[in-house]
Amino acid sequence: MPKFSDLLVPAPLRKTPKPGEAGVPNQPAPQDLKTDPPRRPTDHERLGQQALEAPTEGLAWVDQRLAASGFLTGMLYRKVPKGTNWFYTLGSAALFAFIVQAVTGVFLAMFYTPSTTQAYTSIAHINNDVFLGQLVHGMHKWGASVMVILVFLHMGRTFFFGAYKYPRELNWVIGVVILILTMTMAFTGYLLPFDQRSYWASIVGININGTGPIVGPYLSDFLRAGPELGATTLSRFYAIHMLLVPGALIALIGAHLYLVVKLGTTAPPWTKVDKPRVAEPTANLDAGVSSGNGYRPGGAGTIAGVQLETTDNDGMGPA
Amino acid sequence: MADDADNITNVPYRAPEQVRNEPPPPGYFEGESMTRRKVFTIAAQGIGGLAGLAIVLPAVGFAVAPIFHRGKERWEDIGPTSNFVEDTYRQVTFTEVPGIGDAGKTLAYVRKSSKELGEEPGLYVAVSNRCAHLGCPVRFVEAAGNFICPCHGGVYDFQGKRIGGPPVRPLDRFQTRVEKGQVQVGPRYSVTSQLKPVRARDPGEFTGGIWEYLYPPRPSTFPPP
Repeated sequence: MPKFSDLLVPAPLRKTPKPGEAGVPNQPAPQDLKTDPPRRPTDHERLGQQALEAPTEGLAWVDQRLAASGFLTGMLYRKVPKGTNWFYTLGSAALFAFIVQAVTGVFLAMFYTPSTTQAYTSIAHINNDVFLGQLVHGMHKWGASVMVILVFLHMGRTFFFGAYKYPRELNWVIGVVILILTMTMAFTGYLLPFDQRSYWASIVGININGTGPIVGPYLSDFLRAGPELGATTLSRFYAIHMLLVPGALIALIGAHLYLVVKLGTTAPPWTKVDKPRVAEPTANLDAGVSSGNGYRPGGAGTIAGVQLETTDNDGMGPA
Repeated sequence: MADDADNITNVPYRAPEQVRNEPPPPGYFEGESMTRRKVFTIAAQGIGGLAGLAIVLPAVGFAVAPIFHRGKERWEDIGPTSNFVEDTYRQVTFTEVPGIGDAGKTLAYVRKSSKELGEEPGLYVAVSNRCAHLGCPVRFVEAAGNFICPCHGGVYDFQGKRIGGPPVRPLDRFQTRVEKGQVQVGPRYSVTSQLKPVRARDPGEFTGGIWEYLYPPRPSTFPPP
């Protein structure tokens, strides 16, 4: 009987257990069926067996209709380059920060009132009266700074590791848009408590935006929904903060992750590729791009845009 | 061994898609300029595009409309004429944006126009406390006779002209008039460095000269007096 956790590993990656390994009995000696018939499992044993298999059966039922296991296997068990280190977790950390913001934001929206006369009191109500309100508000408030910092660190990692280079330029561009939207979230969210600090910070922020020549004044009017900061400004910021930008962010993060999986990650710039046993121009130049297994890291192996095929060793270590 | 020449026929070369020799699609007629498929493709895309515009245009218009909307002109009483003198400012608070409570209030420093400063006599000068740098609230410091901004250190003289710090133009003003012995303040306007009235600009935007074109007046503001 294999372990339950082993059952969850997709079939193509499941190791065939060898006789003598844990969980697999040694080959029993041939039996004389007449004198020593094999024992039939009792009803209890059969039921237990079925119960153990039920989750796998359920997953199999879903997968037969969704056909997702191939995609999930390719994504979750993809190979990553040698030298992958903790810096590569900054993107996932930023994603986690975004998820925290999304979840806490949904629950804050249940108590928040985007009205100039009630916004401040509704935030005070969240902080003082609502059960765990101060915690959820604090997670959202501090998490915003954490997310901005993580996005910047992730951007720095990408820059200093040269991970923005061909063929990943588009992912860099998407990342820059995500950065801009993150800053938009930070800016629009700052006004929502509607205390002195957020009021004056938004005035200053809108006026900085207005100093752009020609279009600046109109952009300021657009942000404020009028010549002065008023009631519509708050609802406008609220709508941008919780409807417009989050939708765009989710879509762009999806595209960002798709490209990460599709193109694979890069090796750190200091990684030395093992000396190839045979290095010759490959017959199939686009093999690296079209392989679903992740584009091989740039750096050594790529000379003047020509991909050199290294027969056995492509710089990919085991995942 | 068969000679390859045996297989050569006199059929002229035709592209593979022509060789298939399929029957013409339904509705085909000699000399048609567009296939049915093409007509329906164009029609479907056109109607889909129109439906998309029908959604997007009103939504964008809705979001952008406030740029072109000018509110009603408001005049607020700020006290009898006897409250105000020539040589110093009196601080008045009034509502600039109605309907949002205290957040819609603003502050102005008001005095009588002064002959010594070369101003037309008998008028009232209402200087906005909104810093021309980034919009922080400035304070009139009686002892110095200057306006000082707490945020980034902007300094203005008695008339509101910039004399130090990052501001890009003098302090904004409000239109004033006298009704039944009461001084009233009206719409905001900006001034050039020579105190010439122009339409209200946001803080941080230069006035006068070429800047009038680089920071065009917004349709949501009132003409200057």
